[in-house]
Amino acid sequence: MRERIFEASGLTKVYRTGDVEVFALRGVDLVLSAGEMMVLLGPSGSGKSTFLNIVGGLDRPTEGHVLFRGRDLVGLSERELTLYRRNHVGFVFQFYNLVPSLTALENVALVTEISAEPMPPAEALALVGLEARQDHFPAQLSGGEQQRVAIARAVAKRPEVLLCDEPTGALDSTFGVIVLEALMRVNQELGTTTAIITHNVAIKDIAHRVCYFADGRIVSDTVNETRVEPKDVTW
Amino acid sequence: MVSVLDRKLLRDLVRIWAQALAVALVLSAGVATWILSVGAYRSLDETRTAYYERNVFADVFAQATRAPRRIIDRIALVPGVAQAEGRIVQYALLDLPQLLEPASGLIVSLPDQGEGLLNRLRVRSGRLPLAGARYEVAISQSFADKHGFRPGATFEAILRGRKRALQVVGIALSPEFVYAVGPGDFVPDDRRFGILWMSQSAVEAAFDLEGAINNVTARLHRSASEAEVIRLIDDVLGPYGGRGAYGRRDQFSHAFLDAELGQLAAMQRILPPIFLVVTAFLINMILSRLITLEREQIGLLKALGYGAVAIGTHYMKLVAVIALIGCAIGFALGTWLGYLLTKMFGDFFHFPFLVFATRPDIYVTSAAVALGAALLGASHAVWGAVRLPPAVAMRPPAPPMYRKLFSGSLAQRFTPTQLTMMVGRHILRRPVRALSTSFGVSLSVAVLMTSLFGFGAVETMIDISFFQLERQDATVSFNEELPARAIYDVRALPGVLVAEPFRNVAVRLHAGHRRRTAQIVGKARHNNLSRIVDLNLDPVPLPETGMAVTEKLADLLQVRRGDLVWVELLEGTRGWAHVPVTEIFQSYMGLSVFMDIDELNALAGEGDVITGAHLSLDDAAAGSFFTVVKSTPALSSIGLLKLALTNFRATMAENIVFMTTVYSALGLIIAFGVIYNSARIQLSERGRELASLRVLGFTRGEVARVLNGELFVLSILGIPIGWALGYLLTWVLIQGFESELYRVPFVVLRSTYAYAALVVLAAFAISIAIVRRRINRLDLIEVLKTRE
Ligand SMILES: Nc1ncnc2c1ncn2[C@@H]1O[C@H](COP(=O)(O)OP(=O)(O)OP(=O)(O)O)[C@@H](O)[C@H]1O
Ligand SMILES: [Mg+2]
Repeated sequence: MRERIFEASGLTKVYRTGDVEVFALRGVDLVLSAGEMMVLLGPSGSGKSTFLNIVGGLDRPTEGHVLFRGRDLVGLSERELTLYRRNHVGFVFQFYNLVPSLTALENVALVTEISAEPMPPAEALALVGLEARQDHFPAQLSGGEQQRVAIARAVAKRPEVLLCDEPTGALDSTFGVIVLEALMRVNQELGTTTAIITHNVAIKDIAHRVCYFADGRIVSDTVNETRVEPKDVTW
Repeated sequence: MVSVLDRKLLRDLVRIWAQALAVALVLSAGVATWILSVGAYRSLDETRTAYYERNVFADVFAQATRAPRRIIDRIALVPGVAQAEGRIVQYALLDLPQLLEPASGLIVSLPDQGEGLLNRLRVRSGRLPLAGARYEVAISQSFADKHGFRPGATFEAILRGRKRALQVVGIALSPEFVYAVGPGDFVPDDRRFGILWMSQSAVEAAFDLEGAINNVTARLHRSASEAEVIRLIDDVLGPYGGRGAYGRRDQFSHAFLDAELGQLAAMQRILPPIFLVVTAFLINMILSRLITLEREQIGLLKALGYGAVAIGTHYMKLVAVIALIGCAIGFALGTWLGYLLTKMFGDFFHFPFLVFATRPDIYVTSAAVALGAALLGASHAVWGAVRLPPAVAMRPPAPPMYRKLFSGSLAQRFTPTQLTMMVGRHILRRPVRALSTSFGVSLSVAVLMTSLFGFGAVETMIDISFFQLERQDATVSFNEELPARAIYDVRALPGVLVAEPFRNVAVRLHAGHRRRTAQIVGKARHNNLSRIVDLNLDPVPLPETGMAVTEKLADLLQVRRGDLVWVELLEGTRGWAHVPVTEIFQSYMGLSVFMDIDELNALAGEGDVITGAHLSLDDAAAGSFFTVVKSTPALSSIGLLKLALTNFRATMAENIVFMTTVYSALGLIIAFGVIYNSARIQLSERGRELASLRVLGFTRGEVARVLNGELFVLSILGIPIGWALGYLLTWVLIQGFESELYRVPFVVLRSTYAYAALVVLAAFAISIAIVRRRINRLDLIEVLKTRE
């Protein structure tokens, strides 16, 4: 049995706006093991992002617990959550969120400067195949390239987990595949536990495991017998 | 029904309330300065006018040696004279128990019957002395206050060498002695100098002047020519030792008050416009950035079919509301501060009452200017946004282009952290805009320097011209001219180390049709104590022949070096003589004339005489010196300039502290308005970027540093620019400060520079503390959902 990285139990998230209560999560239980690559699927508004944000220490649940390597994230102070993100989690988002005033290399260095055992920023860029573009500013890169920089930035600190919210959402299939290849490579070569939210059902085949969200709950959790190479995925 | 756009306006106002308030505050600082300085100046000016009118302050004054009482009837007949009054005015030494050094009193006689025509007293407590009461005096309020004298108190005075105990029966104010300055002093020292009013017959008896007067004051008809009246009065008084009549501008109290009000007038002419220009600029800068942030909304409104005019009006309304809020705050603040300032100066001058000049025109003008400045400032930005085609406006501005900061070997040697890099690149991306923040900061520095300078100026002037130039410990003046050898007697007094004689002669200088009453000061050739110096504090050599006059006086008479001036002696032989101007020098002193004492004596034709001496004293023996002076009949007065100055500074200190506080607060508000708004605008523009940093695991402190770092650099950059600007503005201000009494030196103290910088740093600290709360509240999840 592999080490459990995350163990979520009874996760509930309620948004209150005036008298209206929106249940984003209605009791989610999920275990994620070391080295696993998991894809989260589900209709819009089903609570995928909310779940990922809580697991990544960006948000707090209304009820329930998330253990990261046996340590409960609920109850950590703001500062402890910041350190948790800094030291253990890598994020990739749909809209890249690169710093426009820093070059590709510097965007990666931004993170390596504050982490304990980072890889050299150039090496991280090489991992996503962007070594040639390291001195370019985000405005000079295509969307796919920007997303790969974001992945390099996320993995450069050798995080235990990589959390991706619709990493290919803004990209067409050609660029999407390159991004997926980068994620796959990180998962295989560095053994980084990876969770990927996507609306693209085709992508599910590259993962070890697939979870379906609906209405704030996990409705199915299946393990893929065989994985497909990203280059064989199209949409 | 409130239109949807108006509802949007209200919501927008609520949303940006903090920024709107900061803008409004900047504006209110400008408006408040206007109302404060104009209001205070007008109030004091009108108070003075009313005081002069109610108490019938005279227009012309004349001193003589001794004239028969009935001479006043002749003066009253002089064409142009409305009323004339004769009296006796005489200095006396006072022996006050609490005071080691002798004090001086100016004894002024009051008519035995009735209230008197001119220079009427305002009795504050007690009553006026009874006719013929030889031991009763009314004393000036400031003198009474300093000594805690109340009606019933007694003290001793030396009248013509005879010591006499006087009883205080009343405390009074007079328009003639708003500023009461003792002989030989240059500034008021209420501890050592007071006005003593006594009954005419009592004074006649005390000074052996039965049936005589030695001082005349007159009020003129509105249409009268002052110069003509003065000439005629001089003709009448001449035979009785008349020393030349003079008008209000040469009456010390009036002149000093005038100079003081003149400074306020200069400040009210110069500071408010500076403040308003500064605020207009800041409003322009802030609003244009605010509206740039609204760009997408403007595009949307246009896409929905709103016309350019409707949208423009909408944003102009927003600006107008902010401006009006600023005006309202400014009105309240300015009125209140103006009231405080008026009251403070009123107390300082011992005005018996205050007239608060609150006419609506200053409110209307300042509001109009402020509103105009705000609308003008915003119109540029609004127009720019409205003009864009909606499709362009709705799209965010083109992605910013950044440049690498360093290249080549420099990049290898200097490797800043990525956060530092973000600061540097962001500044360099839009250098003009970054500089405008710096410029805004520099304006507040400049405003601070200018206003602080104004209030320290007089003190600086006094400090330079007296502490650094005049080195005597005491100046003694004689009752009358004494033979030159009297200096040996002075030197023989206990404690006297050095004594330098001088002689003062009252004259009228004529050059063409211009003329001017003045005192020629005759000095010994080798002077060490009381020197003549120019603006650089370099000694001016006493000319061998002729006169050395200050540039100010030379300008008034329009004479140049080498020109001959007709000197009309107003005492002694009362002769006329041609005297060349041999030296013209620039001086902090207003109108002064110096001559070699021997030359002057030759001119005056009364033999070798002196009228007083400057002394350097042995501190250890000062006590016995004072004791002897108190019982020396020949001495009419003693001036202790340094002491007077020390006391004057203490009096001024309160005013200066108040003004410094007020203007620092206004400067602080401006600096805060600039820095805080820059911070907020940056936060709105870069909120996404900063929140992303938080997601990546940067702490709140680290994220705040990115923002603060940039603001800090820009604020610091603004300080030296502000110093340079402040220096310029101060120079402008100083041009309005000159009076005939003195010239204010253009010296900006290091402490002023430091102080202005500190205020900016304080504004910076306050701004980042407030913005920090917003950084702490950055929504991390929101930024992940939306595209930039
Ligand atoms: N700040 C908020 N306030 C109120 N409701 C919210 C807020 N954030 C999310 N929700 C609601 O919570 C529910 C779950 O949102 P979440 O973003 O997790 O969905 P999702 O599965 O990621 O959807 P998508 O695939 O569209 O990204 C939605 O109904 C959403 O409207
Ligand atoms: Mg989502």
